[in-house]
Amino acid sequence: MLLFENIMLAFGSLRANKTRSVLTMLGIIIGIASVITIMTIGNAITMSVNDSFSGLGAANIDVRVSQRSSRRETSESGFVFNRGPGRNNMKTEDYITQEMIISLLEEFGDRIMGVSLTCSVGNGKVKHLSDYANVSVTGYNNFGLKQADLTMLSGRKFTSEDQGDAKKVCIVSDYLVGNMFEGDNEEVLGQQITCLIDNKFYHYTVIGVYEQNKNEPYNANEHYDTSTNMYLPLQTAVDQTHSKNRYSEFTVVGSASNDVTALLADVKAFFNDKYYRNNENYYVTTSSLASILSELDSMLSTVSLAISLIAGISLLVGGIGVMNIMLVSVTERTKEIGTRKALGATNGSIRTQFIMESITLCLIGGIIGIILGIVIGNIISKAMGYSVSAPVAAIIIALLFSMTIGVFFGYYPANKAAKMNPIDALRYE
Amino acid sequence: MSPKSQGRVIIEARNIVKRYYIGQPNELEILHGIDIQVRKGEFVAVVGASGSGKSTLMNIIGALDKPTEGDYRLDGTDVVKAHDRELSEIRNRKIGFVFQTYNLISRTTAIKNVELPMLYAGIHRSERIRRAKELLKMVGMEDRMNHRSDELSGGQKQRIAIARAVANNPAIILADEPTGALDTKTGRLIMDIFHKLNREQGKTIILITHSPELAEETQRILTISDGLIIGERRGSGYAAV
Repeated sequence: MLLFENIMLAFGSLRANKTRSVLTMLGIIIGIASVITIMTIGNAITMSVNDSFSGLGAANIDVRVSQRSSRRETSESGFVFNRGPGRNNMKTEDYITQEMIISLLEEFGDRIMGVSLTCSVGNGKVKHLSDYANVSVTGYNNFGLKQADLTMLSGRKFTSEDQGDAKKVCIVSDYLVGNMFEGDNEEVLGQQITCLIDNKFYHYTVIGVYEQNKNEPYNANEHYDTSTNMYLPLQTAVDQTHSKNRYSEFTVVGSASNDVTALLADVKAFFNDKYYRNNENYYVTTSSLASILSELDSMLSTVSLAISLIAGISLLVGGIGVMNIMLVSVTERTKEIGTRKALGATNGSIRTQFIMESITLCLIGGIIGIILGIVIGNIISKAMGYSVSAPVAAIIIALLFSMTIGVFFGYYPANKAAKMNPIDALRYE
Repeated sequence: MSPKSQGRVIIEARNIVKRYYIGQPNELEILHGIDIQVRKGEFVAVVGASGSGKSTLMNIIGALDKPTEGDYRLDGTDVVKAHDRELSEIRNRKIGFVFQTYNLISRTTAIKNVELPMLYAGIHRSERIRRAKELLKMVGMEDRMNHRSDELSGGQKQRIAIARAVANNPAIILADEPTGALDTKTGRLIMDIFHKLNREQGKTIILITHSPELAEETQRILTISDGLIIGERRGSGYAAV
């Protein structure tokens, strides 16, 4: 018998029992809809994570001197064991020097847009008359300052002269100006401020005011204690801290067209092969948001897959519901089965008929579920601010899966029908 | 076609024995060795009390069941040796069943019911519809062809069932108490259709009935009792209305 005839037959008997068919489908509908919804929302979350990360500069590579986590040692008895991290403080030779950075730039110059170098001086207090404000003082090279993306309200940034001569100049926040100079951003320019850092007084001339990021949370009640950033030329900070241009970390910014992941590995290899090969305690690690992002993406998709699997359990329950109804249907239609056999239906055609019925049931349920899942998923992801479409793979898998459920849970009842003895079936009341 | 000129033997059963629960303490022999021969074009009645074994015999003749012992050839095919699939084909092509309870497929239209045997025979849709309409016209049901079976009266259902039985143009019609659930007038109508099929199309008809009057209309009456044929005589015939 033709496939088409079987499909028509299946539609006919499903239509004959509308309420029951719809209720049976419900299990499949809910199962498929929840899987599709979860996959769609998962996509939206991934997109939102990608978005917020790319705003943070995914092309930045953080280079850091790290302690080796363990060292392999062989004891006298030949037993290999891992020793825990050494407790040694960083020695002078463990730091990244300016020479190393220059040589890095020579090696990868075309792939690197710039190197952001910073030197933290520490937290301090700025005093002016009776007022004071907390600041976090850090020296920046000009590229680093550019990366910091400050919005200047007045004055200027550092010139190369400021940097080279290690001039005692600073850029402060409008917040600080607001507290200490009645908010006059022009008046404060050229003024000398006194800053207490580590019980020492330092004097800097204010050359610029930047706009404090309004999004940064601060507690209004304790706003006097709020600490804002104060920027110094790098060399000024280096001189002040006597750090002699040694860095435990800095940031490399790849050029726009560059593959961050490859550069990440190359920079790491550059330092470790060239400078840290024989260092027992320290080595250089590199990390970037791009690599974290891809890890996060795969983690998110694993999570949404796991939740989908849990939702898939409802599909199993739905499938059992289908089998249950098909068994009832077979019993109910015993006489019909007997009649069909008397009219010349083979066991195979009876089996096909009932399996087709079960597949049709599951497939219609699956299609309704997919539509419902797409709609719900879209509504929720729109509410999250992302318009995503349900993954095509998920839709195809859902369709195939609902068909499989139809075959799997339909086979047993169909086989029961096929194997009925025609005489007994005809006699059944 | 008169009985004299009837053709070859179409049903030939020898020493049919049917036992149930074989090898168990409640083993039961229903048929004790029945011989039956039906020629092509014959109209035969089988009468007998309930429990006499006539239904069992009908199931065997209709290829719904196989005898435990004996030989049975239906239109040249050895039914005893046939597999399930071949039995299905025999039922589909060579036999048309008419049941006491009509056995139409519920919630299905008249025409779909008539199409069913042709569907299993693999006949193309357009041809099926054409022939189903023709058959429904023959039984006078062409104006009800799109009615569902539950919207029809008993006599109408049985006429649909007859149309369905002859859909694949089988040689034999097996009618098991076809008028048992109908009033006399409707029963008469059904019997007239059978006579018409017998006379005009030369269908071989085997009628199982309780009613002596209806049996009397046929050409030959077989009486079955306790699993054996105990009597065989000529019917007094049927006067066409």
